[in-house]
Amino acid sequence: MAAVEPSTPPLLAMRGVGKKFPGVIALSGVDFTVRAGQIHALLGENGAGKSTLIKVLTGVYAPDEGDIRLASQPIRPASPRDAERLGISTVYQEVNLIPTLSVAENIGLGRQPGKFGFLNWSALRRHARIALARLEIEVDVDAELGSLPLAIQQMVAIARALDLQAKLLVLDEPTASLDEKEVDELFKIMRQLRVAGLGIIFVTHFLDQVYEVTDCITVLHNGEFVGEYPTAGLGRLQLVSKMLGREVSDEEGHAAEGGRSAAVGGRPSSETTVPLLEACQLGRRGAVHPLDLTLRSGEVTGLAGLLGSGRTETARLLFGIDRADTGEIKLRGQPMKISSPRAAVQKGLAFCSEDRKTEGILPNLSVRENIIFALQAKRGAWNTLSRAEQGRLCTHYIQALRIKTGSPETPIKNLSGGNQQKVLLARWLATQPALIILDEPTRGIDVGAKAEIEQLIAKLRADGVAVLFISSEIEEVVRNSTRIAVLRDRRKVAELSGGEMELHRLLHEMAGVAKTHE
Amino acid sequence: MNSLFRQRLPQLVTAGIFLLLFAAAGWRYHEVNFASAPNVANLFIGNACLGIIAVGMTLVIFSGGIDLSVGAVAAFTNIFAAVLIEKHGMNPLLVILASLAIGTAFGAAMGALIHYFKQPAFLVTLAGMFFARGCAYWMSTDSIDIHNELFLKLSRDTAKIGGDTIHPLPAYVFLVVLAFGYVLAQHTRFGRNLLAIGGNEQSALLMGLPVGVTKIAVYALCGAGAALAGLVSTLVSGGDSTYGIGLELDAIATVVIGGTLLTGGRGHMLGTLLGFLIIGTIQSAITFDGSLSSWWTRIITGALLLGFILFQRLLLRATQKRLP
Repeated sequence: MAAVEPSTPPLLAMRGVGKKFPGVIALSGVDFTVRAGQIHALLGENGAGKSTLIKVLTGVYAPDEGDIRLASQPIRPASPRDAERLGISTVYQEVNLIPTLSVAENIGLGRQPGKFGFLNWSALRRHARIALARLEIEVDVDAELGSLPLAIQQMVAIARALDLQAKLLVLDEPTASLDEKEVDELFKIMRQLRVAGLGIIFVTHFLDQVYEVTDCITVLHNGEFVGEYPTAGLGRLQLVSKMLGREVSDEEGHAAEGGRSAAVGGRPSSETTVPLLEACQLGRRGAVHPLDLTLRSGEVTGLAGLLGSGRTETARLLFGIDRADTGEIKLRGQPMKISSPRAAVQKGLAFCSEDRKTEGILPNLSVRENIIFALQAKRGAWNTLSRAEQGRLCTHYIQALRIKTGSPETPIKNLSGGNQQKVLLARWLATQPALIILDEPTRGIDVGAKAEIEQLIAKLRADGVAVLFISSEIEEVVRNSTRIAVLRDRRKVAELSGGEMELHRLLHEMAGVAKTHE
Repeated sequence: MNSLFRQRLPQLVTAGIFLLLFAAAGWRYHEVNFASAPNVANLFIGNACLGIIAVGMTLVIFSGGIDLSVGAVAAFTNIFAAVLIEKHGMNPLLVILASLAIGTAFGAAMGALIHYFKQPAFLVTLAGMFFARGCAYWMSTDSIDIHNELFLKLSRDTAKIGGDTIHPLPAYVFLVVLAFGYVLAQHTRFGRNLLAIGGNEQSALLMGLPVGVTKIAVYALCGAGAALAGLVSTLVSGGDSTYGIGLELDAIATVVIGGTLLTGGRGHMLGTLLGFLIIGTIQSAITFDGSLSSWWTRIITGALLLGFILFQRLLLRATQKRLP
């Protein structure tokens, strides 16, 4: 299947790699093969096991099972340092260098030239200059790293990685914070290295980049190996469906559509009603390209797209967590500035964050305190809720959302993920929002709780609340939405409603392949 | 060149402040020869223990850590040496070696706790401070005069400078320690690894640097420095278990005024020398004045410290502003 004839021994061969964490099987039976002179994309959605696989390869984790060979030699890297010694160098998404030291030092750290333990500074600088010149990067080697643009820091990280006589270079989402020009620079370097015979593993969320620069693709899903494909022979639609863990043929796409109950999402309301919130050319450099989005009361707007397509970024702009560079927002027809989440809450917006562990729950506080938190913030510090009122609210939501908790005073960290999520929903519902943004509300919770959350979304819609629903599970989006905005590579590429909202069509839009005639 | 200038700006500012202070004091107290060689020598001698400790503290702060135990460790070795030599008549050389070994081991143990149990250095060394101070009181609560021949000989060693006779040994020890610290920080992998760990420990780990060993070693070195300072103080003024209360804070102030970032990752050993000179100049000026009380040293130190923290914040902000 590989692009290169199988007779050349692969540079890296990982076979049957498995890794378990308490309660989770992160990898099971994964094969991964990289050849010299090849740029190999490693793709998969959240939880697919990409980063675990990379960490096994670079010695951060020890695999529970499986076999790793580098140039036919069995290896078992015990630490990143060990992996580097073997010739596996990694450049991470966040530049893992020392911002307070100079460029030269960052390239040389740990292997500075010198005698008897003393450093030879001029040799260090010369060495750094050579390493940078090889990549055609022009930068002052005495400059403090932290004072340079991120893209340059990234290049310095690559220069350091290559300086280690690397055979295999792992680039873990290196383009996440780069702009187009910088990405081109990076690709130029990658192609140069490919000619030099390096094996390159490229992890990214941007499909355009995959097709632009890679030779080969390995797809993982839910910790399992889906397949290895030559990039040229795998269409976008096929790729996306493999990443989402399904084989979609035309027939199946329609079958999935048939499974959708039309009543759940509701019909789009008449276009003549005043929309609750209109975003016009809303965008932020490095997050999302300017987009239009209209949210109506009594409608669920689904936001579909692959990981990294700009879904969460869009939600963050609407809620004022990040400031938009362009565009404006109108609320009930009135132009409005949302400068902070606090302002958004005052205006009747609510945001249930994707990352409930770090951005949502206050783990040591009780269910009651977690529920009243946002409402209290909205009312202000001086206008406290009486204890009786708090109790009434909590009892109401614990019953209404069927939150399974010992008592309202149980610390929230003792609840299951699904129940924590419901507490977070209750927190925002207590503020009686006009618009609620649900970012991946069903991630990591069990099937029963998922169904309940879906029922709740339907109820909110019926009550006339505007809902913005973000989910990686596209069936869920199709099932619950009145209309769906599709994002791809940080742009809004389509808005679907009514009969257009079917799985196959959605996959086409997400993958960026024009839908052929039906 | 511009970038080097930028990196060294905190030290340059410190140097400027020092020159200004010294010139002002020299002019103000010129009748009593403030800017004379003997006075400068005495400044080094009088603050030698602080200086020795500040060198160790600089290394620890480079790594993003802090060591609050140094004053107490110095007090422990101070009284430990005095008791063993005077009350038990032990060989002074042996006692010196034992004291240094204890200081080193104590520091290494704290470093190991900080590294392996992932505890904040502040807490571990705070516990170490109480522990070492307690042990010092346990050794003896009386002050002990030294009559040992070797110690007396060392402390009475004299030199002539500008017509005055001084006892320069503490200053020699400090200068040797400073030179050692300078070479270690600027010209060895160990020193650069310290700055790397202070800059970003996670990155240092991923860059394959020996983080654990380096962290333990730097606390061991700092402990050794504190023990050495304790021995020097025994030499100068005899055994006293209340020695060095608050010395750790003076040392931290010296390092920060020297332009080293308290959160680690950025700094220079020569900055610590400048910080040392500034604090010494203020103290010396106040002594020369005679009408000013000693607390003015602390008030001025406080103001300088505050000024420096704000200055570094501004510098950091200016650097970050250049990012897109």
